[in-house]
Amino acid sequence: MKTPNMTKADWKLLKEIAELEQTPMGAYNIRKNGQLAGRSNTSSIEIVSKTDKPGIDIHVKDGTKKQSLHIPVILTETGLNDLVYNDFFIGEDCDVDIVAGCGIHNAGCETSQHDGIHTFYVGKNSRVRYVERHYGEGEGTGARILNPQTIVYLQEGAYIEMETTQIRGVDSTKRYTKIEVDAGGEAVITEKLLTHDNQTAISEMDIILKGSDARGRVISRSVAQDHSQQTFYPRMTGSAKCFGHVQCDSIIMGEAKIKSIPAIIAEDTDAQLVHEAAIGRIAGDQILKLMTLGLTEEQAEEKILEGFLR
Amino acid sequence: MLEIKNLSYQVEENSKEVGILNGVNLTVKDNTFLVITGPNGGGKTTLAKAIMGLVPATSGEIWWNGTNLTPLSVTERARLGVSYGFQQPPRFKGMRVRDLLTLAAGNETLTQDEACQYLTRVGLCANDYLEREVDTSLSGGEVKRIEIATILCRKSGLMIFDEPEAGIDLWSFARLTDTFRMLHQKRESTIIVISHQERIIDLADEIVMVDRGEIVHHGARDEILPLILNTTEPGCSYM
Ligand SMILES: Nc1ncnc2c1ncn2[C@@H]1O[C@H](COP(=O)(O)OP(=O)(O)O)[C@@H](O)[C@H]1O
Ligand SMILES: [Mg+2]
Repeated sequence: MKTPNMTKADWKLLKEIAELEQTPMGAYNIRKNGQLAGRSNTSSIEIVSKTDKPGIDIHVKDGTKKQSLHIPVILTETGLNDLVYNDFFIGEDCDVDIVAGCGIHNAGCETSQHDGIHTFYVGKNSRVRYVERHYGEGEGTGARILNPQTIVYLQEGAYIEMETTQIRGVDSTKRYTKIEVDAGGEAVITEKLLTHDNQTAISEMDIILKGSDARGRVISRSVAQDHSQQTFYPRMTGSAKCFGHVQCDSIIMGEAKIKSIPAIIAEDTDAQLVHEAAIGRIAGDQILKLMTLGLTEEQAEEKILEGFLR
Repeated sequence: MLEIKNLSYQVEENSKEVGILNGVNLTVKDNTFLVITGPNGGGKTTLAKAIMGLVPATSGEIWWNGTNLTPLSVTERARLGVSYGFQQPPRFKGMRVRDLLTLAAGNETLTQDEACQYLTRVGLCANDYLEREVDTSLSGGEVKRIEIATILCRKSGLMIFDEPEAGIDLWSFARLTDTFRMLHQKRESTIIVISHQERIIDLADEIVMVDRGEIVHHGARDEILPLILNTTEPGCSYM
């Protein structure tokens, strides 16, 4: 087992993506520039490096409650292309918080890229809260690219709450999320995204409600500024008695472009699926109201976006 | 002191100039409780918005405590102590009641206690509302009361409320009337309330009646009230 050997700049990235200011409590695995930089197991969470490809297997024992797992990734070398496979095997009757995320500091002129492929097998009646933050910074001209894939299999009665956030700094992202929900299971996905300059973001999602009384909910909030472009494909399929709700809300600014193409697919007469999608600018009276409270126009805009993406 | 000098606001409709405000003159002494009333479409909201800077005056001037507000932005006017509670307040997705009150109070340290007090004064139970989002999940009456609370938070020298009674149930309205009465008794601010409610008109030191973009009556309550009651007789010959 290694103890983390981190610089000040590393901790800044870790704070942005995982709100970490020191070595976390509980289990953790820190990956830096494609290498293991620190790991800790607990009596109920075991992290093992894969032998056939880059990445880790994480085993959470049955009945593990109120435990946290941090698996941040940071890239500080320019020109690095990091591909990693993380598999999570979560037992039955667990209740765990998982904090993932990737921070890129690219000071060079070459592209830095991280593609994380995460697969979750969540056992019966387990509850998982999965938080993933993406963050990019650096004065270099090199692009910062993040292409995450998250695949989740929820067994009977299992629950996942997944919150993904990417606010600024990532030049190009292509995200794919797939969740299969068995009987009585529930998936709640909250996606928050802010792009600016010439950034592009594509988010594709398949939520498959395949067991009786499965539930799914997607809440997507995004802001596209400047010349950035965003495309969303949230798809919800109901192949049993189930309830699914997709809600996409975007604020468009500057010369940005947003495409939102939600799909609801029913394969059972008892599938109840709803989608709502809206794109619009910040309402003028919202800005004016905040200006009457003494804010400048810029401050008002900032507060409105901050609330929207909270 | 608030001084409005020959204020006009015109808009172009079908390439014709239409006067929404036509040469309004009004002086309101410090710490006066003034009620503006008059028929729908008379220009009350436009007048209030012009004071706040939300509507640009076509001609005329607005002075507040010796400063000419006319060339100033909404933000600058707000910082000089002018506040306006919207007749139809906007909603904000994601912004909580707590956030809005904190912005209104202008300090990041609005305590739970203070926030609760302001909500109580508009008849809302703080525990139920502080964490709620000011979005479409709130009813019109709730948004309206939160709007009034944001003005109370600001403790401005000039507070303008635009039909605070609209959409509010009788019980909350009674609470609101008490709040206005309290504000009046304190005499720390100039208060302008646009209202048609007798119970609010009763609190007035002075009443202004606005009709067709003009001030048609202005004076002490006892002097103006009988005139108002007269003009509310049906003017339609079929009635
Ligand atoms: N920007 C505008 N363009 C055209 N007409 C307007 C505009 N603003 C207000 N009006 C009209 O001016 C009149 C006065 O409106 P308002 O001030 O809202 O009246 P009140 O608050 O007394 O009911 C109304 O007839 C309204 O339709
Ligand atoms: Mg009005």
